[in-house]
Amino acid sequence: MKSFDPRVNRMELPSNDDGKEVLESEENWETYEVFHQKKRGDQHIHVGIVHAANPEMALILAKESFGRRRQTANIWVVKSSLVYPTDYENQDMFETTPEKTYREASDYYCMDRIRKYQKEHGISDRKDERRKNKEAEEK
Amino acid sequence: MKFDEQQLKAVKEFLYKIADDQLIIGHRNSEWTGLGPILEEDIAFSSIAQDKLGQSMHIYEILYSLGEKDPDTIAFTREAKDFKCSHFVEYMIGEYDFSLMRNFLFSHSELIRFEMLAESSLEPLANLAKKYKGEIKYHVMHSDLWVKQLGKANEESHARMQSALNECFNLALGIFEESEFAEDLKEMKIFDGEKFLRDKWLEQIMPVLEKASLETPPQSNWSPVYGGRKGEHTEYLQPLLDEMGAVFRLDPKAEW
Repeated sequence: MKSFDPRVNRMELPSNDDGKEVLESEENWETYEVFHQKKRGDQHIHVGIVHAANPEMALILAKESFGRRRQTANIWVVKSSLVYPTDYENQDMFETTPEKTYREASDYYCMDRIRKYQKEHGISDRKDERRKNKEAEEK
Repeated sequence: MKFDEQQLKAVKEFLYKIADDQLIIGHRNSEWTGLGPILEEDIAFSSIAQDKLGQSMHIYEILYSLGEKDPDTIAFTREAKDFKCSHFVEYMIGEYDFSLMRNFLFSHSELIRFEMLAESSLEPLANLAKKYKGEIKYHVMHSDLWVKQLGKANEESHARMQSALNECFNLALGIFEESEFAEDLKEMKIFDGEKFLRDKWLEQIMPVLEKASLETPPQSNWSPVYGGRKGEHTEYLQPLLDEMGAVFRLDPKAEW
């Protein structure tokens, strides 16, 4: 097999082999999940993976793979093998979630009741006051 | 800062030497782009090469402010004899072991040089040194990692790194070729001298090499390869310059 990649050619793969088997046996580095933090105090956000022989190498390579084009305060790497995922076979357990709008704050209409209560008890609306003050200032 | 004629010559020679080393090793290392051992390392090594080009450009800008030509003209139109880089950075990239070892030895010298320059009386240079501290620190972390990793990984990798070190060492000592203007630079509080830098460099690389189970040649065999600072170069420099400047010279007035 003649490849554009000189490293593949140097491996002198048999001409009738597509190289898959040999390449797989060479591919023995683990992957690390990379988490990127933009500013100190922000949460770290998953951005991708790197291949590396050890955690130190993963950090060094992640710095350029994922930090070279954006503001960065900190990077975490975690061995991919240490991540425990849910099974896609069980994805149906999430199926009805989008219907459960009562779990979202936007599903509650209560301002009219709050206003009524404030009026009855003589409580002024702070937001309203601020607006009035601002308008007075502008005049 | 105001310089007399001798001082100006000293400062310019000093800046050319630093920037030329950076430009040439930057270009050499960029030759690995697309050919790195794995994708992630390809990206990292290419970024490091770009960093060196950027650093050299900013030093050429200081030279421009001292009356030299603009950075592009300086970088792309000079002949080999006008360059002040060390032979070390001119050599072809070889195998990855050679390039990694070269970058390791060179980056450590840069880290210390720029620490020294951060205190320099030449203010624009001191500012650059402070600005690039983090970049160069990363270059050293990257090289240290690979030297330690490959020095210990297996028999073949250790043998390759050891032979790369043997090949590189006297060339690397050539970085520290003392300038005829060393005394002027010291007097002006611009730079404390290559000897001081070399001693610090040795102190810094030895523990890393030891961790990597690699040995420098015995001191009796140390024989620095000088000449680059005086404009004498290897046969490898001119072809590199021809290639690097080919596009620029097609139309030097083109706007980029």
